[in-house]
Amino acid sequence: MAQAGKTLEIRTSPHVLSGNSVDTIMFNVVLALLPIAAFAVFAFGLAGLLTLSMAVVSCVLTEHVICRAAGKPSTVGDWSVTITGLLYGLTLPPSLPLWMVAVGGVIGVALGKALFGGLGYNTFNPALVGRAVLQAAFPVAMTSWIPGFGAGRFSSLPLSTLTLPLTTPEYDALTSATPLALWKFSREATDTSDLAMGFISGSAGETSAVLILLGGIYLIARNMMNWRIPVSIFATVAAFSGALYLVDPTRYASPVFMLLSGGLMLGAMFMATDMVGSPMTSRGCYLYGALIGLVTVVIRTWGGLPEGVMYAILLGNALTPHLDRWTRPRVYGARGKEAAT
Amino acid sequence: MRLLGLKTFRHGVHPPESKDETSGLAIRQFPFAPLLIVPLVQHMGAPSLPVVEEGQEVQRGQRIARADGFMSVSMHAPASGLIRRIALAPSISGRMVPAVYLEPFAGDTQEVEEGTPCPLDSATPDEIIAAIQDAGVVGLGGAAFPTHVKLKIPEGKFVDTLIINGIECEPFLTTDHRVMLEQSKDIFVGIRYLLKVTGAKKVIIAIEANKPDAAELLGKEFPSDLDGSVEVLQVKYPQGAEKMLFSALLGREVPSRGLPLDIHALCCNVATAAQIGHLLPLGQGIHERVITVTGPAVKRKGNYRIPIGTPLRFLLDEVGVQDDVNRVFLGGPMMGAAASSLDISITKGTSGVTAFTDSAAERTHSQVYPCIRCGYCVDACPIFLNPSSLGRLAATEQFSTMAEEYNLMDCFECGSCSFVCPSHIPLVQQFRAAKVQVRKAGAA
Repeated sequence: MAQAGKTLEIRTSPHVLSGNSVDTIMFNVVLALLPIAAFAVFAFGLAGLLTLSMAVVSCVLTEHVICRAAGKPSTVGDWSVTITGLLYGLTLPPSLPLWMVAVGGVIGVALGKALFGGLGYNTFNPALVGRAVLQAAFPVAMTSWIPGFGAGRFSSLPLSTLTLPLTTPEYDALTSATPLALWKFSREATDTSDLAMGFISGSAGETSAVLILLGGIYLIARNMMNWRIPVSIFATVAAFSGALYLVDPTRYASPVFMLLSGGLMLGAMFMATDMVGSPMTSRGCYLYGALIGLVTVVIRTWGGLPEGVMYAILLGNALTPHLDRWTRPRVYGARGKEAAT
Repeated sequence: MRLLGLKTFRHGVHPPESKDETSGLAIRQFPFAPLLIVPLVQHMGAPSLPVVEEGQEVQRGQRIARADGFMSVSMHAPASGLIRRIALAPSISGRMVPAVYLEPFAGDTQEVEEGTPCPLDSATPDEIIAAIQDAGVVGLGGAAFPTHVKLKIPEGKFVDTLIINGIECEPFLTTDHRVMLEQSKDIFVGIRYLLKVTGAKKVIIAIEANKPDAAELLGKEFPSDLDGSVEVLQVKYPQGAEKMLFSALLGREVPSRGLPLDIHALCCNVATAAQIGHLLPLGQGIHERVITVTGPAVKRKGNYRIPIGTPLRFLLDEVGVQDDVNRVFLGGPMMGAAASSLDISITKGTSGVTAFTDSAAERTHSQVYPCIRCGYCVDACPIFLNPSSLGRLAATEQFSTMAEEYNLMDCFECGSCSFVCPSHIPLVQQFRAAKVQVRKAGAA
């Protein structure tokens, strides 16, 4: 000890850390998403695989190139952009032309994340920003769905997938409506067990409620996801749509259908819970979830679109800083009103 | 508040306790270093004034410095020996402070000097307060605040409950644990002095659930004529902070920028109580204290009774350290300060010495990421601040906003936020720096 040349490192306390790390958290989210992605590939075959791959590749490459162009080390190693890519891919119709997938991925990451300052500063969920742009730019392609589990899905592709860039995709006669569209436009209900297990058409990732729930539970058990957000969303959707259903079951969809259909499961579990865009206080999380649930049901019930989860979450993201401010807890020892300011 | 049957506070963290290696080891007397360096600033407040001269011989326990005003305490010789010089010496803060260099006599019996006892039964509260100041007693939990200062109850104020803090929530440290097991008699005598001074009617000895043997012993020996109890609390950091104890045990909160007196409570570390109970009847002063020497880099870990002024280098040489030691802390790993030099001394506020090797340091070498607003820190902060927002404000140097709108000055730097941060942002360090700026701006 006393020998010369020994150097002591001086750091400030605390000198032990929990061992948790951003890249560990993000990697675990990727792990939780993998079974969902695998099911999407199983359900939609080559089209599902190509859509997801293109989504991930376009997102990751965009972040890498932007970092390098800015002369900074690439941040793809923190896994956050991989999550964005997977989530983005899972919200797309599996038959979407690949060039459109790439366009949305680039825009989502460049506009939704990099422009805001990168990880930690992206007010809006980049996956949803990408999807929202596509929804506005290509409304037809974004609502053309192929049914899952088609014969030959592993050997052939839908016509639309390989559409040349900047041309309008053509669709096979095979496109079918999602359960939400069926309900919205023809009041046709879908079997609950099919919804839960994913034997329906829809975007690649919104089809298996069970796998999404399992992935979420895994993350919640590892304290890598705030359970208050999905719980609040589900409770609000169930209560609100349940009340409507009680008023008139022929006009309004059942709460079970509301919970299991569309992007609600994936959105509530994996997108609304994106740490960057969601509140930090407990009460803020409950309010945020309630807001998302409410807006989702309102759009689905009275809006022009069959699905509203995406806009509900983006709205929640926008309100997050305010929710955090409004729900600040009383500081220890603060007197009366002093705490609120 | 209660959770799972045991009292606790809300929020907080669970660092690995790492106490098993030393909690079973009895306190052992530490040898005298060839040269003891006793800093005259070991407490918060004014430096003590030396009452000895260079070249003078002193006896162990003899007073070598007196208090300079009320916010100051006496110092006592840690060994019988020769005052070599009175000069500056390095301190943990990095500043040079005045110190007494004492060379112990080799082969001396090292008897402790007899003093004038302060009898429990006949002494008045003011006499006890003076005796505590004379004995050089400061908070031994780490803050080193002069104990007699907080015992002086101002006119019109009163204390109804005295809390004896045997929580020791800091990982690695087992000094309070051992003191409770081995000095229970001293603790109860100390409690009687403290009750008499403060006028408190009730005493609660607070112990974390990871020290059941101490809780059982003190419960068994709790004098029947005292009103109070031993309370076992849930294991959680920073339970040992007095603010957390008041809310867990009494359901009271110290007002922001207020004092425990405002809620009629007072908290005293258990080792401090033991020192009072040990020293006052003998009329002696603090010249040594119990310290846990531990950490992955230490070979002969243990709880030692170490003379005040023992240089860190001598201490580490005695216990032996691994070759790849690279960090030494005074105190535990959550709130302890890193030693910048091995020439600093053990002082009254040193509750532990922990040494880490390179490999054990790995986890703090990790990359710093941007804040991802995960909210872990918000769930950890025991006083309900928002460290994430504070951190972002600190990064842009918005210090006055931090203080005025985000209650920065209420932070007592427990480090829970930094501990849980997955982005490895040195939050608590940013807050320390910000507080300095706020104080500067306030003083200007």
